[in-house]
Amino acid sequence: MSRSLRFAYYPGCSGQGTSIEYDRSTRGICRALGIELVDIPDWSCCGSTPAHTVDHVLSAALSARNILQAESLKDVRGIITPCPSCLTNLKTAARRMRDADFKARVDSLLDAPCRNDLPVMSVLQVIYQELGPEAVKARVTSPLTGLKVAPYYGCIMNRPPEIMDFDDCENPIAMDRLMLAAGAEVMPFPLKVECCGASFGVARNEVVTRLSGKLLDAAACCGASAMVTACPLCQMNLDLRQGQINRANGSRHDLPIFYYTQLIGMALGLNGSDLMLDKLCVDPKTLLRHMRAAQSAAAS
Amino acid sequence: MNVINMKESYDAEFVRAVERESGQNVSLCYQCGNCTAGCPYTEFYDLPVSRIMRGLQAGQRDALLSCRSLWLCATCESCTTRCPNNIDVATIMDVLRHMARKAGKAPEPAVKTFCDAFLDSVRRHGRVFEMGLMTRYMARTGRFLSDVDLSLKVLPKRKLAMRPHDIVGKESIARIYERYDRKEGKQ
Ligand code: SF4
Ligand code: SF4
Repeated sequence: MSRSLRFAYYPGCSGQGTSIEYDRSTRGICRALGIELVDIPDWSCCGSTPAHTVDHVLSAALSARNILQAESLKDVRGIITPCPSCLTNLKTAARRMRDADFKARVDSLLDAPCRNDLPVMSVLQVIYQELGPEAVKARVTSPLTGLKVAPYYGCIMNRPPEIMDFDDCENPIAMDRLMLAAGAEVMPFPLKVECCGASFGVARNEVVTRLSGKLLDAAACCGASAMVTACPLCQMNLDLRQGQINRANGSRHDLPIFYYTQLIGMALGLNGSDLMLDKLCVDPKTLLRHMRAAQSAAAS
Repeated sequence: MNVINMKESYDAEFVRAVERESGQNVSLCYQCGNCTAGCPYTEFYDLPVSRIMRGLQAGQRDALLSCRSLWLCATCESCTTRCPNNIDVATIMDVLRHMARKAGKAPEPAVKTFCDAFLDSVRRHGRVFEMGLMTRYMARTGRFLSDVDLSLKVLPKRKLAMRPHDIVGKESIARIYERYDRKEGKQ
């Protein structure tokens, strides 16, 4: 690789709590794939959805403080984050700050003005574009043969296309192709970019049980035995709230909801503390045991 | 649908303010309904998003700022992505919500309380403290039981930190909020 893969890493708040397994498995596969992550020193919350619903300048300033912190790092190619919500906030702030007046308003809230010249990308984009599925495939030691997955991207990883600038905004394929590289079978899942109910699980629970319920129904209909996500909020709605969803809709789903980084990690031969599969609420053990059993039956 | 007397209720300054804050030209909307067709929240809305666009063209400030839809929009970007006239509809929804807040309207109080508790948590700690956020939300809304079943699932997983992750630079976050409050107060 001629260009170094050293990036300023923005973990996001949920990576320290409800999506700790996403953060760990992201770090694990990046290490295995030769992507160097340098944590942004003393990073702070980007304000998530609440900030931009209150004020665009305040929201941009909360993101810009992190951009400013990243600018203190030497020799980084850009800023990367696993979380689509953080990604949207960072990219939207960077885009809006191209307007000089807007940037002046943001800078006036910060301790120092930011340069705003580092590209911002998702970890998924870096793995997909800088390495590519073939390079990932070349390192697979323990393919996920027989695992049928529905890749679910969530609403904002690729939209709006003018800002997110990655993959297709209606039918993204990055995770599909990485899952194929990891040896899994990818089911045709039509709701790749539909909303899961976002952060309404707390204030308006029926929004999540309805919208995430549709996602689980569709994944099951497509023959998937698991879903793959790239978003902490989507994962939480589908996994942690799967019981609530079943109760509200009279369904009986028992679908494990993996982070794509956990599945790639498994294919690369990582385990234990790197993957934290024990943090998932819908236990994937039986599914994975069946997968390995079918693999060894086929091999013998 | 209510009959609107356009002569009496057209608020030109309101339309100009939305256009200025969102950077969008609202007269471009020709009511194709694409935004509503793709909006996953239509079933929960009192006004579908294309009707909000129409109401905006008609300068219907009061009707729009008091609708519930503004508070239920998840910024999923479906409308923005699919509008044939490249109108950034989701940003318009955001701007209308800012205005509704300033006008003291919040027909979905639980949603507003959740946002406020979230931003308070960031202000106090620099990062979101999930456990503290939930505690404050429950204390303010009096809704203790809604997610108890989830707590029973999450606690054994040791995923929720019991103490806030204060960052070294949390004063610099507090300063962002203070400067913001000062600017807002002056306006
Ligand atoms: S951004 Fe809001 S209004 Fe637009 S489609 Fe999504 S939920 Fe509906
Ligand atoms: S998609 Fe665009 S043009 Fe069509 S109704 Fe919505 S805002 Fe108007």
